[in-house]
Order: sequence, then structure tokens, then C-alpha cells
Amino acid sequence: MPSLKDLKNRIGSVKNTRKITKAMQMVAAAKLRRAQEAAEAARPYADRMNAVIAGLAASVGGSDGAPRLLAGTGADKVHLLVVMTSERGLCGGFNTTIVRLVRAKAAELLAAGKTVKILTVGKKGREQLRRDLGEYFVGHVDMAEVKRVGYANAQDIAREIFARFEAGEFDVATIFFNRFQSVISQIPTAQQIIPAQPGEAAGATALYDYEPSEEAILADLLPRGVATQIFTALLENGASEQGARMSAMDNATRNAGDMINRLTIQYNRSRQAAITKELIEIISGAEAL
Amino acid sequence: MANTLQFDLVSPERKLASVQATEVQIPGADGDMTAMEGHAATITTLRPGILKAVSAQGTQAFAVTGGFAEITASGVTVLAERAIPVDDLSGTILDAMVQEARDLAALAPAEMKDAAEKTVQDILALRHHAAH
Repeated sequence: MPSLKDLKNRIGSVKNTRKITKAMQMVAAAKLRRAQEAAEAARPYADRMNAVIAGLAASVGGSDGAPRLLAGTGADKVHLLVVMTSERGLCGGFNTTIVRLVRAKAAELLAAGKTVKILTVGKKGREQLRRDLGEYFVGHVDMAEVKRVGYANAQDIAREIFARFEAGEFDVATIFFNRFQSVISQIPTAQQIIPAQPGEAAGATALYDYEPSEEAILADLLPRGVATQIFTALLENGASEQGARMSAMDNATRNAGDMINRLTIQYNRSRQAAITKELIEIISGAEAL
Repeated sequence: MANTLQFDLVSPERKLASVQATEVQIPGADGDMTAMEGHAATITTLRPGILKAVSAQGTQAFAVTGGFAEITASGVTVLAERAIPVDDLSGTILDAMVQEARDLAALAPAEMKDAAEKTVQDILALRHHAAH
């Protein structure tokens, strides 16, 4: 049975925790709005880019001269998994869900006799994967210094991936990130970026004149398309992280409130018990005289 | 009043301009071109240079690098990797761009060397242009 003083201290400390989680929730809410706006603002560019690449790929794709980023290396042996997670914790299941998806995918590839390489973006995922998949790590992109994700960050990651692709280090690259659905729902997603998988072409694209040639434009656009996909993934991830943190902190705040109520009841009961005990002692002492 | 076409300039991070323009001057990879209403549908890649949109409100000019322009009879959509309004251009931004292009050119594999060197030259020309 904790003493009254212990209980009082305990209530005080839970109250402090509640203040912190409440503040974190509000900060996350503000950041979430900004992250959502950024994701929204990036959408027109990504949509047009994908549409044009899809159109070009549909007309050029079948020929022998298709760029390697589209056609692939012809093999399916070495897989590069690009794992995008957050730099900070306290965001509920955000990192765990991505890591779980990566583990499942890696296990599946290894079982099929493929080679797996892992490039991590963001330190939390790296920490969680180190124990069982650490031997497959080939690189890490540190995002700790990045306050606001810009296209330049996506380009840096894309360049790192291209350099490895040029060096023949892998055949297939897949990015893992959380797609933002709502504050309470983020969907861990695996998306293959190399070889590029252009979507269905909209019908009218064949009517364009191309300057320079279709092939040259496609070769120029594919790397940008990959960078754009990475950028979109980074933004979705950013919004998801803030959303996950917001709901995690909301839960934490509520739990702290419940805990304070429980502790307060316990505190009052023990105080009452102490008073009653004293009274009984006094009364029985008086009766004994 | 001349006929207008819808001009959109989009960068990966945001939409920079969306106006009804009478003509749009585009620094295409194979040479500059001016798109007006009724232009044949064309897709062209961009080289670093100045993009100008002339509209009833005046002329807007942007320094753009990398990307492509999609021209249809009724509109022009420019997707530029980086687009900066000319008024905001400063020597430091341009110097940084030149430096970045040089770094990339130095790293570029042999078969890409020419293209990377050309980009450096284009940006130098852009800087020269902006200085006047």
C-alpha cells in the first residue's frame, strides 16, 4: 500500500506527462496540416508526370531501345528495399507497420532464393530492422537534419539509388512507406520504382509531337519520374507520421487522464481510511478509560 | 484582344503560376519556341533557361531548370524541376546552380558527359542573361 505522499507525487508526475503528451498532440496536429498541404501541392506535378510517362512508355516501351530504367536489367535476382521511416519515435505503430511489411517481403524474397539489400531512410526503421536483417543493410540516408522535406531530398535519395543501379548492384528496387489515409489510418505500402511501372496510358497521348524524340524524352523523364515517386512517398510518409503521432498522443493523453482519476480515487480512499482509523483509535482509547 | 491559352507552371513542391496567357515562350531542349493558342500538341523537354508568359496582366518570367512542357491547342503545362521568378533571382542562387551542375557534370558517366556539360553551359548562359 503506497503512502499518501507517494500517491500525491505519482499523481503530480502523471499530470506532467499528460501536459507533455497534450502539447505533442497539438504540435503534431499543426505539423500534420502543413504536411498535408505539402502533399496536396505536390500532387499536380506528380499526376502530370505519371500521365506523360505512362503515355510515352506505352508507345516506346515495347521496342528494344527502351531505357534500362523501364526495361530493367533483364534479371530478377537482387532486390533493393528502400525503407522509409521516421527519425523520431512516439508515433504509435507508424514505424512498426512499415517494418513488419518489410520483414514479410524480405522473408518472401529470401525464401524464393533472391538476394536482398536494404537501404534505410530515417533512423527508426534502421534500429528496428538491425537485429534480424542488419546483415543486408547497404546504406542509410539520414533525414535528422531535414526540417521540411523538399524535392532536393528526394533527388538525393534518387541519385543514390541510380548510382547503385548503374553499378549493377540490384535489379529491382521497391520503396516502403506509409500512405496517408486519415489521422487514424495509414496504409503501409510497397511500391516498385525500378524497373518503372507506368500506369495505364490515357488514350489521347499518341497525338503529340515530340521534341526531341519520344525515346530521348522518355530517357530524360524516367529518372525524374522516379525522383517524383520518392518525393511523393516522402510527403505521404511525413503526413502519416504526424497523423500517427497525433492519434498516439491523443490516446496517451486520455490514458493519463484515466490514470489520474484512478490514482485520485485511491488517494482519497487511503486518506479517508487513515482518518477513520485515527477516529477508531481515539474512541476506543476513550472507552477504555 | 488576342485569344488566350491556359498556362500552368508546376514545380514538384507547388503550383507557381496559373494564368490565361496570350503567348508562352519556352526554352525547349532543341531550341526556344513560342506557344500561342492553337499550337500543335507537342511535348518537349526543357533546357535551363528563361520561361516567359505574356498575359493581359503583363509578362511573368521564370528561370527554369529540368523538366518538360506539354503544349496543346488550348493550354501549356510546364513541369519544371526548379522554377524561380526572375525577380527573385540573385547571384548567389545562380552561383549555387552553376556549382551544382558542375558537380554533377564531374560525376557524370562518360556517355552522359556531353549532356551534363551542356547543362552547365545553359546555366551559365542563363546567369549571363539574368545579369542584364
